[in-house]
Amino acid sequence: MNRVVITGMGIYSVIGKNLGEVKNSLYEGKSGIIFDPVRKEMGFRSALTGIVERPVLKGFLDRRMRVGLPVQGEYAYLATIEALNNAGIDAAFMERNAVGILYGNDSSALPVVESVDILRKKKDTMMIGSGYIFQSMNSTVSMNLSVIFKFRGINFTISGACASGSHAIGIGYLVIRQGLQEVIVCGGAQEINPESTASFDALNAFSIRESEPQKASRPFDRDRDGLVPSGGAATVILESYESAVRRGATILGEIVGYGFSSNGEHISLPNVDGPVAAMQLSLKEAGMDASGIDYINAHATSTIAGDENEAIAIDQIFGKSRPLVSSTKSMTGHEMWMGGASEIVYSMLMMNHHFVAPNINFDNPDEATARLNIASHTIPCEIRAFLSNSFGFGGTNSSLVIRKING
Amino acid sequence: MQNEEIIKRINQLLIEEIEIDEVQISPSADLKKDLGIDSLDFVDLFVIIENNFGFKMKAEEMSDIKKLDDFYNYVIRRVHSN
Repeated sequence: MNRVVITGMGIYSVIGKNLGEVKNSLYEGKSGIIFDPVRKEMGFRSALTGIVERPVLKGFLDRRMRVGLPVQGEYAYLATIEALNNAGIDAAFMERNAVGILYGNDSSALPVVESVDILRKKKDTMMIGSGYIFQSMNSTVSMNLSVIFKFRGINFTISGACASGSHAIGIGYLVIRQGLQEVIVCGGAQEINPESTASFDALNAFSIRESEPQKASRPFDRDRDGLVPSGGAATVILESYESAVRRGATILGEIVGYGFSSNGEHISLPNVDGPVAAMQLSLKEAGMDASGIDYINAHATSTIAGDENEAIAIDQIFGKSRPLVSSTKSMTGHEMWMGGASEIVYSMLMMNHHFVAPNINFDNPDEATARLNIASHTIPCEIRAFLSNSFGFGGTNSSLVIRKING
Repeated sequence: MQNEEIIKRINQLLIEEIEIDEVQISPSADLKKDLGIDSLDFVDLFVIIENNFGFKMKAEEMSDIKKLDDFYNYVIRRVHSN
């Protein structure tokens, strides 16, 4: 069994377009949430959303590579460029070695809506053009990036709702551990547009604290009233320890545990047992005790039931050691298919820069969340190892344990 | 529309919409080998031509169109027959 390490990261997030900007935002507790008047006009119950600037890739990618790439593919392209540079992996390396891609994504709504709108208007599929089919598929990100970067290894997309990005990294870890690949580009991407979140807003799941957008996402806080949708993309380069050492790569951390489970109950309401099982499995895989975890990056999305259940689950396992806990969703909103991967990037930045980012807007706990050691402000400290949770609709759960490399 | 106008417009669309390098544009240029226009680009050309010249290209009519000159003549013929 190979050891699996992280040798590069990249990010395109509502709190920063690159690692440097994101690190500063995390440290300062900066929010990326706004009120979007367009959503209000369209008829959304909640017009709150994370927002990123649309990338401009003309001049960087030729037309054929851009035509089939939807907006979340553009975010993923930029995050992957940063990650590959960060890892010191160039075109020559990718020519000599079969690098793979396992990316998390679970929708591509906008291209479907646009192409069908054209069909309805023109009554002729010949007016749709060549790009929409590639943009419309769930596997659009892995599909496009493998062509752009000429990857020749494993190549597919992992869809597990809001745990997609985390499961992508988990599966990448298993493939490298098994010795089937030496380098895999893992990550998660999430489109940001009203078309993809309208049916989610229909569940009354979003916060309606529209008068204070930056205070709306308040995981674990007593007065939380729902999540805020968000998006972007994050890439994490996974590599076998042996390959990293062989080419003299800088090792950012080591993935030592991947735990997963399914709730087997409600399609949208979370429970406690499922997350407990996933966290326990990840610790068991890591060969670690709860006391070895210094920081938990919680899934906590600022929903009443979800945060409560996760707090109970965390307390069940970590009640004795009480590691620091924060949900970066307090700043970023719920990045959905990107979240599991971006939260690894955020936690890695914290571990490598010696601080725990705050769970902003945590003004008052409730009965369940009071049991946790929640960092309501930035805390400079050492993190030897962290655990990151991601849970999704259908009761899919993912927990990853990552630690500092110790040779 | 005059033939010269049609040719000029086609060139403009190839440069702006399909992003062909202006330097490569010449009547004897092979669409695939010199201009790099592949089958997927043809799909986009269908849309561009209908939006700009008001007629529908047909896939069956493309088999004899190899050079840019062939394409100019095809479009001119279709514009005048409409």
